[in-house]
Amino acid sequence: MMNINTAVENRNQENTQKKRSQWFEVWRRLRKNPIGMVGLFIVLALILTAIFADIISPAHYVEYLGRVPAYEYQDLRNRNAFPSAEHPFGTDNFGRDIFDRVVHGSRISLQIGFVVVGISMIVGVIMGTVAGYYSKITDSIIMRIVDILLAIPNILLAISIAAALGAGLINVMIAVGIGYVPFFARQVRSSVLSVREQEFIEAARAIGAGDVRIMFRHILPNCMAPIIVRATMGMALAILSAAALSFIGLGIEPPIPEWGAMLSEGRRFIRDHWPSTVFPGLAIALVVFGLNMLGDGLRDALDPRLKQ
Amino acid sequence: MTEKLLEVKNLKKYFKTAKGLLHAVDDINFSINKGETLGLVGESGCGKSTTGRVVLRLLEASGGEVLFNGEDILQYNKKQMSAFRENAQIVFQDPFASLNPRMSVSEIIAEPFIINKKSMSKTERYQKVKKLMETVGLASRLENTYPHELDGGRRQRIGIARALALNPSFIVQDEPVSALDVSIQAQILNLMEDLQKEFGLTYLFISHDLSVIKHVSNNIAVMYLGKIVEMTDFSSIFKDPLHPYTKALLSAIPIPNVDDDLERILLEGDVPSPIAPPPGCRFYGRCFMRKDICKDVTPELLQVSEGRYCACHVVHGQDG
Repeated sequence: MMNINTAVENRNQENTQKKRSQWFEVWRRLRKNPIGMVGLFIVLALILTAIFADIISPAHYVEYLGRVPAYEYQDLRNRNAFPSAEHPFGTDNFGRDIFDRVVHGSRISLQIGFVVVGISMIVGVIMGTVAGYYSKITDSIIMRIVDILLAIPNILLAISIAAALGAGLINVMIAVGIGYVPFFARQVRSSVLSVREQEFIEAARAIGAGDVRIMFRHILPNCMAPIIVRATMGMALAILSAAALSFIGLGIEPPIPEWGAMLSEGRRFIRDHWPSTVFPGLAIALVVFGLNMLGDGLRDALDPRLKQ
Repeated sequence: MTEKLLEVKNLKKYFKTAKGLLHAVDDINFSINKGETLGLVGESGCGKSTTGRVVLRLLEASGGEVLFNGEDILQYNKKQMSAFRENAQIVFQDPFASLNPRMSVSEIIAEPFIINKKSMSKTERYQKVKKLMETVGLASRLENTYPHELDGGRRQRIGIARALALNPSFIVQDEPVSALDVSIQAQILNLMEDLQKEFGLTYLFISHDLSVIKHVSNNIAVMYLGKIVEMTDFSSIFKDPLHPYTKALLSAIPIPNVDDDLERILLEGDVPSPIAPPPGCRFYGRCFMRKDICKDVTPELLQVSEGRYCACHVVHGQDG
């Protein structure tokens, strides 16, 4: 006993272990996953494109009009052009450079992805946590609301909300966001139900922790992994839904370069001019693909059962 | 006469199940003197842990009284409860499950202060955490590690530090060593003994392991299917067990001597279901001393001699 104690004391003198965050562990595992890394690369590329859109596709200066954003600049002599050195993705029927519009469209898509997931995640996580923690009547009431939301097809719900609130970027985000609340609420509720029964929750109660503290300090951090995965994949779905809404004309109004809206505009010329639909379509596909792969990679990296 | 810190009277805890009312704790009485340890022993499923939780109101009792310093804590309101929580703590069985895997060691130990001593400054809190880690024998370099990086013994020390944080006078030890290696068990038990002496703690020590109970307890209560069948001081129970269940239990302790002739009492049958138990002695179906009266009349926990209580018709000589 004495020896053990002195040994412990001796080691005490050595440097205190650095606080290594658990995110570092997640990163270490994600790095080993090629699919996840490809996804991460695509998503990072999207974020960088969005940040540096003005540098990649700088604004034009036009006589009498002054500064015109790249995505609005019209080269009227060059309408429906096919890809060339000057216009790598060609131009649309207004003579706008499709490459510039796709680049600037990344800002809109990213904004939609984050805001929609933000709305649905915050609302869904709170609903799911409260439902899972209190159970019984509270649970029933919340989950029936969720069931009602789930019963309405997502795109129909978004259409009705967009129709009620009117078109526009913010309304689209609210509409799509509400549609995704049930998925978060259900996911979180089921995680909470399993974490709630663990002994450390009882331990927290024994030291006098209140309900709010137990929910947000003890239960939620232990439910984060599935939430993060769902958020990543939800972002992909949100971008798709927003594009679909724009496509049917309830989403973003032109001339904002939203990818779905671009598809919708290009549809009329699809037989004669393929670049105006193909490039925005590819952009959507690539981003959704990237987000889904990142989500898959994160799911593996966050799963403690796979801890090596 | 020493003062009673905790007194439990007619405590009941029933759980509603689909099949009926499960009598987890059925009308038990016991008391613990200040600075002493009551060992609560019994096989799994007999209601020991439930008792520990009901006493701390982690589970709400179905009936009875829990007197702590003479006051019935079952009647406490929220504010009184938070004061009581500072006074009575619990150490859990499974050091793997009872620590939040997302919190570092120092965060776990600091939490009682964050909740109950809101005015305490950060540096003061940090000092307290350091002190506690030292008290329970945790190297200070471990403060930023997470529970999954530590072994069972160290984790249990974290649990003990957390329980000690608010200077409680009473701690429920819910099988604190049964998840640990035998070598670590001894360390933890010694630590608890030292802490008891140092801080004058009172323990309710729950275990299924008689040799552990023997090591730590002043008094021992034996539980069977929600009832206390025998309660006595620790020496006489080993020398001269009264209740047939206690006899059978004690005969199951292995003796490290091959020449000794073991007279094992092998019980027939299985523990009956605690859901809607029949009247009469709970042990009736398995008892080797049973008489007719045992089938219909529930035996009371009665005093046999000074400090010794037993719930058995045969021991009390009531043949009916």
